[in-house]
Amino acid sequence: MAQDSQSGPAVGDQPKGDTSILNSMAFRGIAYQVLLAICVVLGGLYLYVNVNANLDRQGIATGWDFVTENAGFDIGESPIPYDSEDTYGFALWVGVLNTLRVAVVGIVLATILGVFMGIARTSRNWLLSKVANVYVEVCRNVPVVLHVLFWATVVRFLPAPRQAIIPFDGAYLMNRGVVFPIPNEHPAYVWVGVAFVLGIVGAVVLGRWAQRRRELTGQYIPTFWWGLAIITGLPMVAWLVQGAPLSWNVPALKGFNFQGGMALSPEYAALVIGVTVYTGAFIAEIVRAGIQAVPHGQIEAARALGLRPGFIMRYITMPQALRIIVPPTASQFLSLTKNSSLGVLIGYPDLVNIGNTTLNQTGQAVEAITIMMIVYLSISLTISTAMNLYNRLVAIKER
Amino acid sequence: MNETATPVTKTRHTEPPPIEKVPALRWMRENLFNSPLNSMITVILGLGLVFALPDFINWSLFNSVWSGDHEACRVDGVGACWAVVGEKHRPMLFGVYPYEEHWRLIVALIIYLSVIAATLTPMFWKIKILVPLWVGNLAVCLTLMWGGILGLAPIDTSQWGGLPLTMVLFTGTVVFGSPLAVLLALGRRSHLPGIKSVCVVFIESLRGVPLITILFVAVNVFPLFLPEGLEFDKLLRVMAGMAIFFACYQAEVIRGGLQAIPRGQIEAAEALGLGYWQLMRRIVLPQALRICLPGLVNHIIAAFKNTSFVLIIGLFDILTATTAVMEDPVWRIFFVEAYLFVALIYFCFCFALSKYSQLVERWLSEGRRF
Amino acid sequence: MKTIITAVAAVAFAGAMAVDTKSAMAADGPTLKAVKARGEVICGVHQGRYGFAIADSQGKWKGLDVDFCRAVAAATLGDSEKVKYIPLGSVQRFPALQSGEVDMLSRTTTITLTRDAALGFNFGPPTFYTGTGFMVRKSIGATTVDQMGGAAICVFPGSTTEKNIASLFKSKGMKFTPVVIESSKQLVGAYMSGRCDVLAMDQAGLPGHQQYDAKNPADHLIIPGVYSKEPLGIGVRAGDDQWFDIIKWVTHATFNAEEWGVSKANVDKMVKSNDPNVKRLLGVSGDLGKKLGLDKQWAYRIIKQVGNYGEIYETNWGPPLNLARGINNLWTNGGLMYGFPMK
Repeated sequence: MAQDSQSGPAVGDQPKGDTSILNSMAFRGIAYQVLLAICVVLGGLYLYVNVNANLDRQGIATGWDFVTENAGFDIGESPIPYDSEDTYGFALWVGVLNTLRVAVVGIVLATILGVFMGIARTSRNWLLSKVANVYVEVCRNVPVVLHVLFWATVVRFLPAPRQAIIPFDGAYLMNRGVVFPIPNEHPAYVWVGVAFVLGIVGAVVLGRWAQRRRELTGQYIPTFWWGLAIITGLPMVAWLVQGAPLSWNVPALKGFNFQGGMALSPEYAALVIGVTVYTGAFIAEIVRAGIQAVPHGQIEAARALGLRPGFIMRYITMPQALRIIVPPTASQFLSLTKNSSLGVLIGYPDLVNIGNTTLNQTGQAVEAITIMMIVYLSISLTISTAMNLYNRLVAIKER
Repeated sequence: MNETATPVTKTRHTEPPPIEKVPALRWMRENLFNSPLNSMITVILGLGLVFALPDFINWSLFNSVWSGDHEACRVDGVGACWAVVGEKHRPMLFGVYPYEEHWRLIVALIIYLSVIAATLTPMFWKIKILVPLWVGNLAVCLTLMWGGILGLAPIDTSQWGGLPLTMVLFTGTVVFGSPLAVLLALGRRSHLPGIKSVCVVFIESLRGVPLITILFVAVNVFPLFLPEGLEFDKLLRVMAGMAIFFACYQAEVIRGGLQAIPRGQIEAAEALGLGYWQLMRRIVLPQALRICLPGLVNHIIAAFKNTSFVLIIGLFDILTATTAVMEDPVWRIFFVEAYLFVALIYFCFCFALSKYSQLVERWLSEGRRF
Repeated sequence: MKTIITAVAAVAFAGAMAVDTKSAMAADGPTLKAVKARGEVICGVHQGRYGFAIADSQGKWKGLDVDFCRAVAAATLGDSEKVKYIPLGSVQRFPALQSGEVDMLSRTTTITLTRDAALGFNFGPPTFYTGTGFMVRKSIGATTVDQMGGAAICVFPGSTTEKNIASLFKSKGMKFTPVVIESSKQLVGAYMSGRCDVLAMDQAGLPGHQQYDAKNPADHLIIPGVYSKEPLGIGVRAGDDQWFDIIKWVTHATFNAEEWGVSKANVDKMVKSNDPNVKRLLGVSGDLGKKLGLDKQWAYRIIKQVGNYGEIYETNWGPPLNLARGINNLWTNGGLMYGFPMK
């Protein structure tokens, strides 16, 4: 057969055309990265030089010495003893603790509220689901700043201590905050605590035993109520055995304010309520989406197999729903922690507030803001890493 | 013989007729009282609403004062004082913008909202229409607000406030942040380790800090980065900060969409000889953006709500203006009505956008098979 | 590739349009040049303190600090109305000055070593001397500071008052709860609504709040005496000596004008005076203004459009506040206001 001289290239031929190195993928890849690296480094140097020149020219102090300097200002509320003669570094640490106070309580409350509202939305009761719907829609579409400001203004209009609102005996609601009685310390409580821990251990052991029994014999043993009974019963028994000691530290009006009992400042209350209500609405939405995302066929098949509703919920619905619920909820937790920085608006001494005051008293804006950002970044990265780990553990393995 | 009628057979699957003949009662039985637990919940909730709702309606609608002086609101027994909104709505909505020029803001708002409505309609989703539409929209609105030409009095950005400022911040955030978000998402999915690590570091570090600190950096620290004599308008700096923050969150959503595109698409495009940017622009991004559109809209709603954070740095958006206005000692006690008014504005906008996002989700799901 | 280059160029162009570059030119220092180019002085003032800086219902600013802003505008730009006032909270004020958002800070700022040396500021001579004072509700029953142990005290964050009361109470061995809110109106509102028992701030600011912000002024008591030294002065960024000199000498001009008897009413007649001091001040002989980068009539305009220190004081602290001059009087009358020689 005569070879047609007009045919195209045969297999194995080198491609004709521009083979310059500029067209090589490998070369271009490296070139782009080198270019980017140069830009980043040059840009960084430029900014660094400018900052130093500006700070020098204006005579603004630089360096981290201020962290060991005397703070000189007092902090409104602090979980650990703080004095105006402590250092700026210590004051910032108090700020971090205050932030965590709001974050932890907020996360717990928001989760409870969110889960409850999420389940309510999927309920077959029309009234309940509509009420939950109204809550979620209203609270989601209003900015968190407005939530916090609203509650801060509400607490500011509460009556003065002399005319405080009394929801129940010993508790007072006023514009200085909320005070309520707490039990006095007693050595017997140590044993109650020990009994509580023992109770948890016992409940876990019970759960394991029931699982093994089920796997071996197929017999289903309901453990939920028994476990709950152990966890609450043991401490109760320990308390009763020691004579049921209980004395209350009741707040009483002395001089300017109430002494005794436990007090929550109005700023703390307003901040916690504001972020809880806001984040709870988002969590409710996430929970609803998670529950509704479990294909109904799964539930129907489980019912066809004769499985009990509790069992279905625990072993079929929840694992699939949790896979969908947990990642967005973790980022909502993160968002709540970051929203606690709104304390600066209402006078709650969280990290941003104290950082702001520090920045002002020392003039070192760059250092103070860097510290704040690093702290928040550490908290965020911790939660992110944990979430990524969880994600990888439960992800569906694909090709 | 006309025995052609089909005999009616009694099967075991016939259901007895429903107990209630009246449809309303039947609905209540199925939805409100369908189990003992639900019945109890219905009774409790119903009682609660019966006690609370009439009071609330009385307070907010029937007994309320709609206009007049603060004296009228302090009379015993009156309900909500909507007169505070009537009295103060101009400073709340428009900030310190000069009174006579408010018409410019109203015209700009109407044009802007119409263009947004047009942008959301799929009919207009062509680059040839959208880009000129938005360029024209921005030009007209900015001219109206800024003035200085065509006989309009010039008004400096420091006097912009209220709802128009919220819209300006929102627009700037989304318009500047979206291209950056696409670039960051593509960079993060790049195979080149250098680019990928830079993008990852950028996204993760900015997602981990609160918006407040970014605003502080934009207002206090950023001017120190500039050489002497160079000055950026404060509004622009704040907008840049919020745009970068928005871009980092949006990049994650887009990345999710990019991950959902099957590898086959990219391989086929490469086999056809398309370059990287062509393939991204014509094949991958249109599909990816359609997939993650609900997530994108969620973050756009969040960007609108985040404009309220400028309260902390002293820019007068609608929430700051309201707070400032409510410091008036005479009207101070009626803060609930004022905040409800602002909440209503935010709610309308965000709720409309979220309903739109649900609509888009439905359009997408209608074209798919599971 | 082409598209990328065009895009980058477009962004750079747009960026350049948004930016205010000041070209490096001749003798004017950077701040004065910027002010002249802009056509107005940007002045940071208090959000609302009666006597110092308060905006009335039409948005017109009045006060001692405001008048000094106007004096600087009159001296540099020729018109005392060419001022833009930026109300600043106690925490925002320093970053605002550091970052260049305002040209001068006339905002009841106490001159301290840290602020002068470490924050990158320079302060003109004090325009007002005061000290930390306290206002309490009479129903609390405290009439001296010693009776305030355990009280909730409203104070501005980032102020010298905050540190003063911390060390004062520590030295007396008393505890207190600080309530810090940055916004002036909200802080005073918190005190008035009963959130705190005591309002602590510069003594001179208290009478105004008692008269105008309290529902019943007789319910409140301003504790007599001051508990610290608070010399309030105008602050400017360090690194611009010329602008600093201008601020300094505008202040001294007002002191000297009062000392030499030159006032708003008679400044036009005083132009023909034989007193060599007055002639130098008003630019009739010599050219002091040139040394500052201004024209001859800089001081004349200050006095004509704003007034001398005595008139500034009287306008703002006369009736209805009626705060006696005390140490804010001229040195010739036993006070501390001492104008430096202008020659």
